Amino acid sequence: MTRTFAQHLGVLRAVLHRMFASKLAGFLNILVIGIALSLPAGMYLLLQNAQGLVAQFSGTPQISIFLEMNAKAEDVDRLRKQLAQHPAIADVEFVARTQALEQLKQSTGLADVIGGLEKNPLPDAFIVHPKPDNVQALKGLRDELAKLSGVELAQLDSDWAYKLEALLKFGRLAVLILASLLSLALIAVTFNTIRLQILTQHDEIEVAKLIGATDGFIRRPFLYFGAMQGLLGGVMAWLIVTTSLLLLNQQLNALSQLYASQFTLHPLSFGDSLSLLLFSVYLGWLGAWLSVARHLSQIEPH
Amino acid sequence: MISFNHVYKRYPGGYEALKNVSFDIAEGEMVFLTGHSGAGKSTLLKLIAAIERPNSGSVLVNNQNVGVLKGGALPYLRRNLGIIFQDHKLLFDRSVFDNVLLPLQICGFDHRESGKRVRAALDKVGLLKREKANPIALSGGEQQRLCIARAIVNRPSILLADEPTGNLDAAYAQEIMAIFKSFHQVGVTLLISTHDASVLQDTDVRVLALKHGELQ
Repeated sequence: MTRTFAQHLGVLRAVLHRMFASKLAGFLNILVIGIALSLPAGMYLLLQNAQGLVAQFSGTPQISIFLEMNAKAEDVDRLRKQLAQHPAIADVEFVARTQALEQLKQSTGLADVIGGLEKNPLPDAFIVHPKPDNVQALKGLRDELAKLSGVELAQLDSDWAYKLEALLKFGRLAVLILASLLSLALIAVTFNTIRLQILTQHDEIEVAKLIGATDGFIRRPFLYFGAMQGLLGGVMAWLIVTTSLLLLNQQLNALSQLYASQFTLHPLSFGDSLSLLLFSVYLGWLGAWLSVARHLSQIEPH
Repeated sequence: MISFNHVYKRYPGGYEALKNVSFDIAEGEMVFLTGHSGAGKSTLLKLIAAIERPNSGSVLVNNQNVGVLKGGALPYLRRNLGIIFQDHKLLFDRSVFDNVLLPLQICGFDHRESGKRVRAALDKVGLLKREKANPIALSGGEQQRLCIARAIVNRPSILLADEPTGNLDAAYAQEIMAIFKSFHQVGVTLLISTHDASVLQDTDVRVLALKHGELQ
């Protein structure tokens, strides 16, 4: 057990030695992998942040129902009953027009302007908390409520959030396609690096085969090299994304101060960072494995 | 230990390297394989290490038919053989010490034990003082001895040598032969190919003579 471990450690040491023997070439490879991975990782991060924004603003969906301006108390009572009995509605809140005006005065600081109005421009309103939360059902419910008599307008408050959600879905697909393509590129880069290594170590491989090396023994340093290169590429991608984020956040800070709001981009979470590294290790290993499987069998001693 | 039964080896293109070759080598025997160049000496040695496979007949090593051995079993056959190649097959990207270390790395020996073994093997062939040198800096005779050190470091029970004295002058050749004899004395089975009749003069060992792929 310890012998095997020491053997693997020895291989790892040799691989690192080889990797740092060709500093520039090794670094360029890692940089290419890092950039290739940082693009989808960065886009993913932006999407993640946008998603957080949507969740923050949309919350649970509600439908606002504004009554006609000349609605009477009987109409309000009738509608309240109708809404309370509706199977798709969980809860109903009534906002009287006077109450709404008070709220408007307090929340916007427009008290002077509103105080100058001759009459209250706001209608009575219901805020409905619906049971379903898929867009289709909510839209159906909104249309149904809009047709009730005495209702002027029914509005799905989180409508924009759903639109954004759909946009995000589109973005996620784009990221997925980009990530797949760049993953292939990463595999290709590793494949080629390993192919060159196998060519330059042709003699060593041949001799090793002649004196009793198993395929596993011969394969091991190449697989380790691929995985290690993937890992360093992943670290590079992480650094690129995190540094870019810091730079963006600085600008964003200045921007959000102008809008008197607080908004910063969140960095890659621990789990996401780990996934990024593991994924890049896996891709590097896979590229090396494919290359080794393709090229090692072509070296047969004579 | 090694047994050939009606072995034929034909290379692609129709060249018949070995024709109906049969012989037995007992454990601990030292046997010379002679013949003009192209007589099939190298092919015969390659069949034992399963570098080539026979077209018909069987090649037994330790009662194992190596001609039909699966690829995955080959490494374990070869670990039991020490092979000295005609073209040396030394690695010039590493020191003398690391060249001899390679077979032990392959078998997974631990660091300290393998260091001792490498030095013992180098000592046996008189190269202990050159352990840090690059093989390219060694003379032809020294390279040959390095090749021997690599072949024996794993303490194989069978040693195969393909023209070990091929390009060496008489004094070097005598030296190499003396080394082989010392292995013979400790019970290693040796099969040594040579086209150089002079090395056979003062020995009374068994000789297998090949001529155009046939045993005489």
